[in-house]
Amino acid sequence: MVETLQQLLPGFLIPYLDQAMQLGQGFFGPVLWQNILTVVWTVIKVMLIIGPLLGIVAYTTFAERKVIGWMQVRIGPNRVGPWGLIQPLADGLKVLLKEVVIPEKADAAVFLLAPVFAFAPALLAWAVIPFNDFLIVANVNAGLLFVMAVTSISVYGIILAGWSSNSKYAFLGSMRSAAQMISYEVAMGLSLVVVLMISNSLSLIDIVKGQDQGLFADMGLKFLSWNWLSLLPMFVVYLVSLFAECNRAPFDLAEGESEIVGYHVEYSGMSFAVFQLAEYSAMLLGATLVALLFLGGWLSPVGFLPDSILWLFIKILAVVTVFFWVRATFPRYRYDQVMRLGWKVFIPICLIWLTVVGCWMMSPWNIWK
Amino acid sequence: MEFKTFVFYFLATILVYASLRVVTLRNPVHAALHLVLAFFSASGVWVLLQAEFLAIALVLVYVGAVMVLFLFVVMLLDINLDRLREGFWSYLPLGAIVALLMVAEMSLVLWVSYLDRVENDVPQAEATYSNVQAVGRLMFTEYVYPFELASVVLLVGIVAAVALTLRGKRKSKSVSPAEQVFVKAKDRVRVLKMTAEKRD
Amino acid sequence: MGSMKEIFNSLLLRELLKGLAVTGRYMFARKITVQYPEEKTPQSFRFRGLHALRRYPNGEERCIACKLCEAVCPAMAIVIESAEREDANGQKSRRTTRYDIDLNKCIFCGFCEEACPVDAIVETRVFEYHGEKRGDLYYTKPMLLANGDHYEAQIAEDRELDSKYR
Repeated sequence: MVETLQQLLPGFLIPYLDQAMQLGQGFFGPVLWQNILTVVWTVIKVMLIIGPLLGIVAYTTFAERKVIGWMQVRIGPNRVGPWGLIQPLADGLKVLLKEVVIPEKADAAVFLLAPVFAFAPALLAWAVIPFNDFLIVANVNAGLLFVMAVTSISVYGIILAGWSSNSKYAFLGSMRSAAQMISYEVAMGLSLVVVLMISNSLSLIDIVKGQDQGLFADMGLKFLSWNWLSLLPMFVVYLVSLFAECNRAPFDLAEGESEIVGYHVEYSGMSFAVFQLAEYSAMLLGATLVALLFLGGWLSPVGFLPDSILWLFIKILAVVTVFFWVRATFPRYRYDQVMRLGWKVFIPICLIWLTVVGCWMMSPWNIWK
Repeated sequence: MEFKTFVFYFLATILVYASLRVVTLRNPVHAALHLVLAFFSASGVWVLLQAEFLAIALVLVYVGAVMVLFLFVVMLLDINLDRLREGFWSYLPLGAIVALLMVAEMSLVLWVSYLDRVENDVPQAEATYSNVQAVGRLMFTEYVYPFELASVVLLVGIVAAVALTLRGKRKSKSVSPAEQVFVKAKDRVRVLKMTAEKRD
Repeated sequence: MGSMKEIFNSLLLRELLKGLAVTGRYMFARKITVQYPEEKTPQSFRFRGLHALRRYPNGEERCIACKLCEAVCPAMAIVIESAEREDANGQKSRRTTRYDIDLNKCIFCGFCEEACPVDAIVETRVFEYHGEKRGDLYYTKPMLLANGDHYEAQIAEDRELDSKYR
């Protein structure tokens, strides 16, 4: 913690930092003080991520409405505040004031637990997301695996929501969404296997750093040495699977407003809003993963600009915009087509490309050394 | 008490409680959920043992996939648990003997290895040591044959599942989406150019 | 060979990218949203909105209780009762004692307006009205006459504009 603070704080504050450390150590004793520091520092880091994240999630909903509006030659929400900027707060207030209706024969405990199950994983995974070489809550060296494990839990929210509502429509909807998510997890996992194969590490920091080298990086065109080009099929498969995994258009069978009801028909008020929050934070997480795994994370696209956390934000923004763009463009898939795409197209592509990359790495033309 | 020990007892308490609830709860879905909780606490204990790869794999495989399918089955079948419980007391003595035997065996095995080992003797790896690489290396060198055997067993499982559920060609008239995707307008519609005809 | 090309195209997402290009172009197109309370779309002089009963310049109501509008109304939203009374000229004439339009039923087809031989019942351009209680949209004769008095200038102008096409 002390090293990170010394890197981040302006120079004139560092003596004060050292004094505070000595004072604490003298008061609590070295062991207890170290434990206290660890806990406090972790809590601060968690707060620093969760707080802005929730704000960004709220404004993602706003950005989505604006972008889709523009693409449909409308101007989107513009009534609440200047350019509609307070709209997310108004939405949040509305949703908070609404009644949470619990169906009479629902399993109330599970019914209220389900949104939490859906939301928590999307927040939990941020623990291992690096924003920089050193800005990370927990530098687990199996970070990618952790993200996969944690995101695979979010399917529980859907299943439990459907089951505990005690409604056949919600239940069928949850079966649909859950099957969809599990199917696309396979394709996602396989495309990630290729990524970790070439970067030879499960740590997200190492994966990003691995994209900083190669022929194009030496020429100064760093953005061509990122994984998206060398693994273009995997990039596309991962991106599309992400749409399905987040239950986003064109795979949004969970809440196809006009024609089909999903697992959360029985939810209202805040409990429904938590599902929406879960969807958007999962989307942000997915966009961040795409940025880290395929678009070089915080690396700058060209040689003469410095690497910075800003690049990561720009890339996340770009991927999120693609999410909106796709939603504004494509009609919804039919369910059997969704399943076909996952099992009969993506998984074969992944398996073939896995073999191709494996052979490539063993050949003398290996570019990922 | 060290912080680590406290965490261990915390997780262990949850683990024991959850496992007990798995067998005592009346509602099968609640029981399955407690099993998920038990898996989570178990993976937490493994993390304490610095086996983070195994812990994550447990969550990924068991919580993320196996238990989901389990829940699917439990939710879709309308199981009447009361009927399953009918013979509980008559089966109890036999069950108790088997359970005691298992506990005795396990404690014997653990006791032998525990006798000549104090807690601090557990090898402590440095922070940068990658569990995943170690497991992978072992799996593809020393244990490559058991590993391949296991995958063959799984393959047999897949084939068996397909063989059991495949009921020949579908008799419904629905068209396969694979064919629908490649439909072109010109295959279905023929646009004719005709000279305008005069009405009499 | 043709199918290979198709598979190749679908793997390269060619058609999807084309679609994305279209929406991407429209993102920067001029927006056509009309900001309603501040901006309004132009209305035709034939706009069929709130009903009104008109009067002659001398103040006498035009309606002669012929009940053609009541007969033609497809939604049966009009109810008329009539009686004999002295008009403004001091002559005995047939006039309404009751003229109700239930706007909950009305479908704004404009048939009443077409059927009227004396241009008494008309539909104005007004569409921004509301009722807060169930009965509020049940318009009685005094209310309709008040509408007519209030919007007479506009009504007369619209009839004038429309007269060329009749």
